[in-house]
Amino acid sequence: MAAEHTTTYGLAHHFDDIEQQREAGTLGMWAFLITEILFFGGMFMAYILYRTKYPDAFANASAHLNWMIGGGNTIVLIISSLTMALAVYYSQVGDRKKLMLFIVLTMILGATFLGVKAYEYHDKWVHHLVPGFRFNWEGHGDPQQVQMFYFIYFVMTGIHALHMIVGLGIMTVILIMAKRGRFTPEYHSPVEISGLYWHFVDIVWIFLFPLLYLLGAHLHNQ
Amino acid sequence: MSEHVVSRKVYFFIFGALMGFTLLTVWIANFNLPGPLNAIVALSIAVTKGTLVVLYFMHVRYSSKLTWVFVCAGLVWLIILFAFTLSDYLTRGWVPITAEPWAH
Repeated sequence: MAAEHTTTYGLAHHFDDIEQQREAGTLGMWAFLITEILFFGGMFMAYILYRTKYPDAFANASAHLNWMIGGGNTIVLIISSLTMALAVYYSQVGDRKKLMLFIVLTMILGATFLGVKAYEYHDKWVHHLVPGFRFNWEGHGDPQQVQMFYFIYFVMTGIHALHMIVGLGIMTVILIMAKRGRFTPEYHSPVEISGLYWHFVDIVWIFLFPLLYLLGAHLHNQ
Repeated sequence: MSEHVVSRKVYFFIFGALMGFTLLTVWIANFNLPGPLNAIVALSIAVTKGTLVVLYFMHVRYSSKLTWVFVCAGLVWLIILFAFTLSDYLTRGWVPITAEPWAH
């Protein structure tokens, strides 16, 4: 057994074989993602409660967000999930160049998302919609209730954006490891596990987009 | 049991479905549906999209039973979080308080 261990690339000594190691890594990542689900879950809970309490103010506040920008960012993130899935595929078949290409594409799309998000935040600042900082609301709905929507909007999208920034850092590490030829068709768990993280952050946005941006979209047609 | 390599065709198909559902949810949001129907439709579409990502992009469909147990455990705890909190907030005022025990 000991001799076999020294010959299997990427296998840590406390695992029987590469398959067991991969399974343990996947489960560990899912254990972490469950804590993330519940972390975001608390914020979704706050959203549900205040939306139930202030339905009209939330719809009006939501109508002020630009759903076309939010929808565009949704599409950017879904494409980045595709490029991430393809990066995992090319790590499995051992195509180092394409693995690096798709990691870079994923990072470009992630950075695009953050750039658009920064533009939106700036727009909210200009229109005095940042809660606590000269907040001013002249549209329909109680200003205090509308401010609560923007509190939730900034906390949820802010924490999500923070996860995107962390994701870009992880992808940088994966890119360097790929460049140095650290991955083989047998050993590529870091790519796979980083992919799980990236897809998770995408799923959070899949829920944030309709809840924050589309809630008041029907008001535009009235 | 060796690792399952998901073909690129599956990834592109799931990507197409995710794009389709995104356009659908944006289109439906333009209508003012009666009651809570807007929220129900939007959340149903989001849950469908999330499930597709978990099953195919995150490979859970091809993963071990233990991975399934982990994923389901996360969802169960999320449901407990929502259900127990709402069972408090949404039912307040259902039962009128007739006497205040501290007031004599």
